[in-house]
Amino acid sequence: MHELAICQSIIEQVKNIAAENNAQAVTKIIVQIGPLSGVEAPLLQHAFPIASAGTIAKNAQLETQLLPIKVRCNLCGNENEAVINKLLCSACGAWQTSLLSGDEMLLSSIELETEDLEKEEEKSHV
Amino acid sequence: MCDTCGCNVTEANRNLIEAGGKHAKTDSGNEAIEVLHNLLHENNHRAAHNREHFDKHQVLAINLMSSPGSGKTALLEATIDALAGSDLSIAVIEGDLETENDAQRIRDKNIPAIQITTGSACHLDAYMVHDALHELALDGLDIVFIENVGNLVCPASFDLGHHLNVTLLSVTEGDDKPAKYPVMFRASNLNLLTKADLLSVLDDFSISEAEKNIRNLANPAPVFQLSARKNQGMEQWIDWLKQQLKHYREHLSQGETVLPDIQREGQKLHAAG
Repeated sequence: MHELAICQSIIEQVKNIAAENNAQAVTKIIVQIGPLSGVEAPLLQHAFPIASAGTIAKNAQLETQLLPIKVRCNLCGNENEAVINKLLCSACGAWQTSLLSGDEMLLSSIELETEDLEKEEEKSHV
Repeated sequence: MCDTCGCNVTEANRNLIEAGGKHAKTDSGNEAIEVLHNLLHENNHRAAHNREHFDKHQVLAINLMSSPGSGKTALLEATIDALAGSDLSIAVIEGDLETENDAQRIRDKNIPAIQITTGSACHLDAYMVHDALHELALDGLDIVFIENVGNLVCPASFDLGHHLNVTLLSVTEGDDKPAKYPVMFRASNLNLLTKADLLSVLDDFSISEAEKNIRNLANPAPVFQLSARKNQGMEQWIDWLKQQLKHYREHLSQGETVLPDIQREGQKLHAAG
């Protein structure tokens, strides 16, 4: 439900970055999502064409990378993967854990078509 | 707020970031740019602004979340009654898809209430709260309650600029809700089991099971039982509010604010790492 709002936020950020880099088009947008972010990747994919229509990202591919849930035990220090509603230590069974990853909702990177590719190429070698 | 301190870098994505530079070329010659902004970067920026506004007036902002009909407005009505005669001054921001009903219930008790109608939006965001704050004078207030849209899913993802999350679970909903809606219940600073007067006629709600499901989310937040209608358990809730207000203002006096638990824990962890 709220994935459209999130897509619109992504597009706003992408528009700014594309403008800063004088890009003609955005070809790819990579986002990283953890299960505990509350964002559903398939819903994001459905909402993306609506949010991107008519923008510089209209032909961009949205790639969603799912990150695992990992916790560290506050009692015994063990680190393990966990499922979304059981963030428990697999070694001692404690619930007193800290989340290491799994709540990410990040715009990771974007790929741009820039005007003068050769010039950019030279710059990156300097 | 997470763009400069590196706290976006978690165990799971560090390798992806360290593999390439900030600007790298793709095989097709396009330019690839690392961003690592929160997807709700703009919302979070506005939320931080809202929080500064609350902090300037030393007003504690509490985000009330639950499913529809679990008793958020009834809790607020009972809270207003319980605070009558005390020196605590409160106001309410109400979020609903439609109607002014909830704000009117609060105004009937002579407490300022701003109604946000979201139309079809299933959650409040920092922009809506910002607009509401333009209509609400914070001077002289102690606590602002933000009653979020009744929904156990979407509101959990949006920072409003509040300081604390309180999640209500009415006992008629079932003790397994924290296991079914982990994102919401992981984020709560306090869990209120509401309509607790009905426990005597419900044979399928176990307090200990509800609490176990919350602990399974690594959430140490207290679990209180109350009934707003029967005025049971209100004292514990009011004491908690007073404690939190004191704690918040102590933080302010040291030049710090209070962030909803999840964010604070995340920042602490990443700073240590």
